[in-house]
This record gives sequence, C-alpha cells and structure tokens, in this order.
Amino acid sequence: MATLHTVNKSPFATQTLLSCLGHAQDGDAILMIEDGVYGGLAGTSLSEAVAARAGAVRIHVLAEDLAARGLNAGRLIEGVAPVGYDGFVDLVAETDRTQSWL
Amino acid sequence: MKIGVVISEGPYTHQAADTAYRFVKAAIAKGHEVPRVFFYHDGVNVGTRLSVPPQDERNIQKNWTELAAEHGTDLVVCIAAAQRRGVLDENEAKRQGKDADNIAEGFRISGLGQLIEMGIQTDRLVTFGD
Amino acid sequence: MTTKKFLYVNRKAPYGTIYALESLEVVLIGAAFEQDVSLAFLDDGVFQLTRGQNTEGIGVKNFSPTFRALGDYDVTKFFVEKESLEERGLSEDDLQQIMYEDEDDDWAEKPSIRIISRAEMADVMADQDVVLSF
Repeated sequence: MATLHTVNKSPFATQTLLSCLGHAQDGDAILMIEDGVYGGLAGTSLSEAVAARAGAVRIHVLAEDLAARGLNAGRLIEGVAPVGYDGFVDLVAETDRTQSWL
Repeated sequence: MKIGVVISEGPYTHQAADTAYRFVKAAIAKGHEVPRVFFYHDGVNVGTRLSVPPQDERNIQKNWTELAAEHGTDLVVCIAAAQRRGVLDENEAKRQGKDADNIAEGFRISGLGQLIEMGIQTDRLVTFGD
Repeated sequence: MTTKKFLYVNRKAPYGTIYALESLEVVLIGAAFEQDVSLAFLDDGVFQLTRGQNTEGIGVKNFSPTFRALGDYDVTKFFVEKESLEERGLSEDDLQQIMYEDEDDDWAEKPSIRIISRAEMADVMADQDVVLSF
C-alpha cells in the first residue's frame, strides 16, 4: 500500500518538501513537479536531507519541468531520477493513492 | 483506470492548470479514463470564456474546452467558489440578477458534491494547486 | 454506496488565504455522503484550530466555531500533529475544545481532537482511499 506524494514548491521557499519527506513511508514515491524540481538538485543545503530518504522512498522529478528551468539530469542528487508525464501517470496508477503537498 | 483531477489554482499565475492539462492528456493517451476535472479555489477562473491571452501564448481555457469535446471529460466548476470570484453561467447570472455570464463551453457549474462523488467513483484522485 | 476513507489534509493557516475556509466547506458538503472522514492538521494547518480567534478587525468571517459543529455531521476524527504544534510554540491548551457525542457509547461526550506524532500522522495518511489537500 504505497502513496505517491507530489511536491510543487521550491524547498528554498517553503517547508513543504521537508514536511513531505517527514511523512513519506518506505516504499512510497515522491514526484517533484513545477518549482518542486529544485528539491532534486545536488549540492544544495537540502540535498543531504533528500539523499537520506532516496532509496527507501523512490524520488523522481518531472523531466519537462526540469528542462524548462534550464536544468538536466546531471544536476540531480544520485538516486533521484527524472520521469516524463507518462512516468507521472504510471506512478499514479502504480501507487494506491496520490497526496499533493500543496 | 479512472483518474479524477482537482485543479485548485487559477490560470497563468500558477502552473497548476498547465501541469494538470498535460497530465490528463498523458493519462488518456495511456488508456486511462479521466471522467471529471473539478475546479476549486481560484481554479474556477480557468472556466471563464472572457480571458484573452496574447496570441503567441497558450490559451488555457481553450485547451480544456477542446479536451472536453474530444474526450467527454466533465469539467465541473465549483458553484460556491465560482460565485465568490465572478464566474457565472446563464442560470446563475439570472438568479443573482447579474447582466452577463462568462462560463466557457465545455464547463459546467455545480456543487461540491461533485468533488466528493468524483472521489468515490474514481480509482485515483490527483490534485494540482499551489 | 461505496464507503471510502477520505482524508482532508490541512496545512495552511487561516485568513491569510482562503484555503482553510474552502476546505471546511468541502468537509461540510462531504459529510452528507456518509464516507469515513478524517481531518489532518499539520504544519501551519494547526493554526486553524487555535482558540480565541477574533476576526472583527479584519472584516473576514470567523469560521473557527464551525469546527465545533462538525461532530453533529459525524465528522469526529481531528488528527493534529504534535511536532507541528511544538514547532510553533503551541500545546493542546491553545486549541479550542471540540467534542462529539459517541452514539456507540451511550452518547458520551468525547474530544474530537487527537494529538498524534508525525509517525502516527504518516500512518493515518497511508491508511486512506482519497486524500484531499488544502
């Protein structure tokens, strides 16, 4: 029984990502979308907190939102993988519920 | 699989309505069904036909109207949220004594019960907001 | 009708934005559908339940008393996260008292608010069919 969590806010603007990380359970998935994709970047003040959960929790960023912001997969934390809208749909279908962290 | 969608932010200021649109297109392309999209909070503003975005920009309302026509998706605008924000259909305009309505084709105004019903009748519910 | 577990997740403070009020409106309408309803208050959402709210000076309706009426609609599970309270310098005493009458226990008056840990909140979230976020 897994949950897909979506996060659409920059973690440098709100605590939303940290709150999501604090409630996601092992086996859940997190998808960072819109400004949320900044949470997937390596070398930031928050990378460590994200990396600590990557693995137990599957962490993805929406590739289209990443590209729109001039970033690519090479900038992501190890273990954080981009997916497209197709992948977004699959994550919704594969998990039992979706929780949006607005 | 039946997927219900909630859009809870207005167009152009927030990306929510754009992300939701691309998500719904991808879901339908993959063979899923999106029977209803529910517009709440400022999301109701997606449903006005009076917005005039510059020609070289996407027209968010039109995108949804066309999607509804093509796939039969029920676009429901919450009546309570819509009344607060000045989104009216012909009936509501008459009932409230207003001189015009502005609901776009493919959208309809109805109650919050439609949101709960969508939650009950679909397999998944995804919210796009801010 | 199918009964599903509905969770309303409240993470935003009242009055600064409309989310808290419009969330409550969904809860009130949703109560008529006789689903298994729980409310979650975490992060700034815990500010929605503070006692003594007085909105006269801001010209906005004070909707906090409405929470106390939800028991009459069988909405009796208010999960409030302890860590979120503590981070904001709040304790249970800062929250208004919300009671319901338990029909399975000779209509005994019971508190609707349950203070739970972050880990327990994660369990509550993982136990739902439908999660509505505000």
